[in-house]
Amino acid sequence: MMRAPNSTMRSSPWLRLHALIVFAFLYLPIAVLILYSFNAQGVGGFPPHHLTFDWYRQLLADDAIWDSVLNSLQVAFAAMAISLTFGIPAALALDRAKFPGKALFRRLVLLPLILPGIITGLSLLMLFQFSHTNLSLLTIMLGHGTALISVATTEVFAGLQKLDRAQEEASLDLGANYWQTFWRITVPNLKLPIIGAALLIFTLSMDEIAVSFFLIGRENTLPLEIWGRLRRGITPEINAISTIIFGFSLIAIVLWYRLRIHAEGKAEIGAELMESAVSAEY
Amino acid sequence: MFSRAYRSAVTVPPLTWVIIFLLVPYVIMFCYSFWSVTPSQTIVHFWNLDNYKELLQKPLYWETLLRSMWIAVRVMLFSLLLGYPLAYFLSFYGGKRKDLLYQMVIIPLWVSYLVRAYAWKTILGSDGVLNAVLQYVHLIHEPANFLLYSPFAVVLTLTHIYTPFAFLPVYAALEHVPRNLIEASHDLGATPSQTFWKVIFPLSIPGVVAGATFAFVLSLGDFLAPLLLGGPSGIMISNIVVSLFGAAYNWPLGAAISLGMLIIVVSLLFLSERLEKRWSYS
Repeated sequence: MMRAPNSTMRSSPWLRLHALIVFAFLYLPIAVLILYSFNAQGVGGFPPHHLTFDWYRQLLADDAIWDSVLNSLQVAFAAMAISLTFGIPAALALDRAKFPGKALFRRLVLLPLILPGIITGLSLLMLFQFSHTNLSLLTIMLGHGTALISVATTEVFAGLQKLDRAQEEASLDLGANYWQTFWRITVPNLKLPIIGAALLIFTLSMDEIAVSFFLIGRENTLPLEIWGRLRRGITPEINAISTIIFGFSLIAIVLWYRLRIHAEGKAEIGAELMESAVSAEY
Repeated sequence: MFSRAYRSAVTVPPLTWVIIFLLVPYVIMFCYSFWSVTPSQTIVHFWNLDNYKELLQKPLYWETLLRSMWIAVRVMLFSLLLGYPLAYFLSFYGGKRKDLLYQMVIIPLWVSYLVRAYAWKTILGSDGVLNAVLQYVHLIHEPANFLLYSPFAVVLTLTHIYTPFAFLPVYAALEHVPRNLIEASHDLGATPSQTFWKVIFPLSIPGVVAGATFAFVLSLGDFLAPLLLGGPSGIMISNIVVSLFGAAYNWPLGAAISLGMLIIVVSLLFLSERLEKRWSYS
């Protein structure tokens, strides 16, 4: 009998073993992180002999970390607002308008998706230096917002491709103006891609470090606070905060996954984002 | 159906934003790369090619660039070697657990990049997990300290980070391989390995190209993993840029290197776009 690859067949043991090894590789650091957040000896010593909540207690009393969490939340919400405000029209423009330089525009919008953060960060740093703008949380917000327009545009554009224009046409024929049609027909139809984009932008911004690294003023975002501590030395508190964030991310990602399944029946999350970043084939 | 007013309303705001915050910064970066720094550390707008001459003449720069590219090539290859068979396994043998397994691959992406890199430091260090385990099973007697602070540590960490990125587009491509093509191939007498190499693999090439481009470009521009785990022998080109923008204070030279990286990235994008078109199934 032929071994046709289809889901009813058993796979080769080598493929299974490979999958097992890759999963072990992907989860080893996460397991270590969670384990060490409860390790009484901090980060030294293996296997841990004594488990404790001390690091979590210390974390609760650590104002600098919580300040940076608040800063990161502010940045993430601002980035979400900026990138949706410009990303949604950008997707509409790519879908519906013809203008000179459209191909270049598309390239530019999507470039930060694949460009190493250092280039986006440095080019913005030079812009702010050139325009005598002081670095602060605001500059980080502008940086994240600009870089993540790419995410909003891609996600919304994918939604637009599936949208039936007849509804919008009917709305316009029946006398609604473009503004009304946009808010009452276009946006509700794009609800899921927009929420998906917003969630994605939020989590990406919360974890972003390469762009923030160059645009930081006096106040730290959480990843930069963590970076500062890692550079100074080893602090098990970092394991504790990371474990907590991992918990939240887990909820966010499962939520998002459900949303996508709901919207499309399948969830190749991220794949199309990467495809569009690389090939920009609209 | 969309009026001129509508089309300009969706085009002009994002276009303006993108010009100010993406195009202009690249132009400023371009200009900086032709300026110079006086010995008293002020940047003067004196147009010259000295930065580029220095890049070509000083071995430090192009040797580091080559080493970074070699690290990025290894990360790209290892990520694909880990990601491709995993994607194949999930796509063809995932069965009912497909969704769960897919989520398990992308969940690590939601754990802070920094924290995962740091976790590898905990694993590879001389009193780390790996050494403890190796000593526990009496494979070694003295802690091995060549693991951390080496290009090996950087490649390992970056491979860990970019394996899901390599997996995603490959998985999407494999999911889109028409199953009846595979059946046809079997019916016509092809062996499983012929079916793989002549039908499945060619159809997955666009995904491989997207994943490879991501892994290569993003690891080429990384500067945090080398700082955390690389040691002196694991320094990458972006680390030089960071120091030129920091303590070494030579923004023009740093801008020239960044621009070089930008050019490498954009040319790779053009190349992969061509490759994807060449191999895309339609």
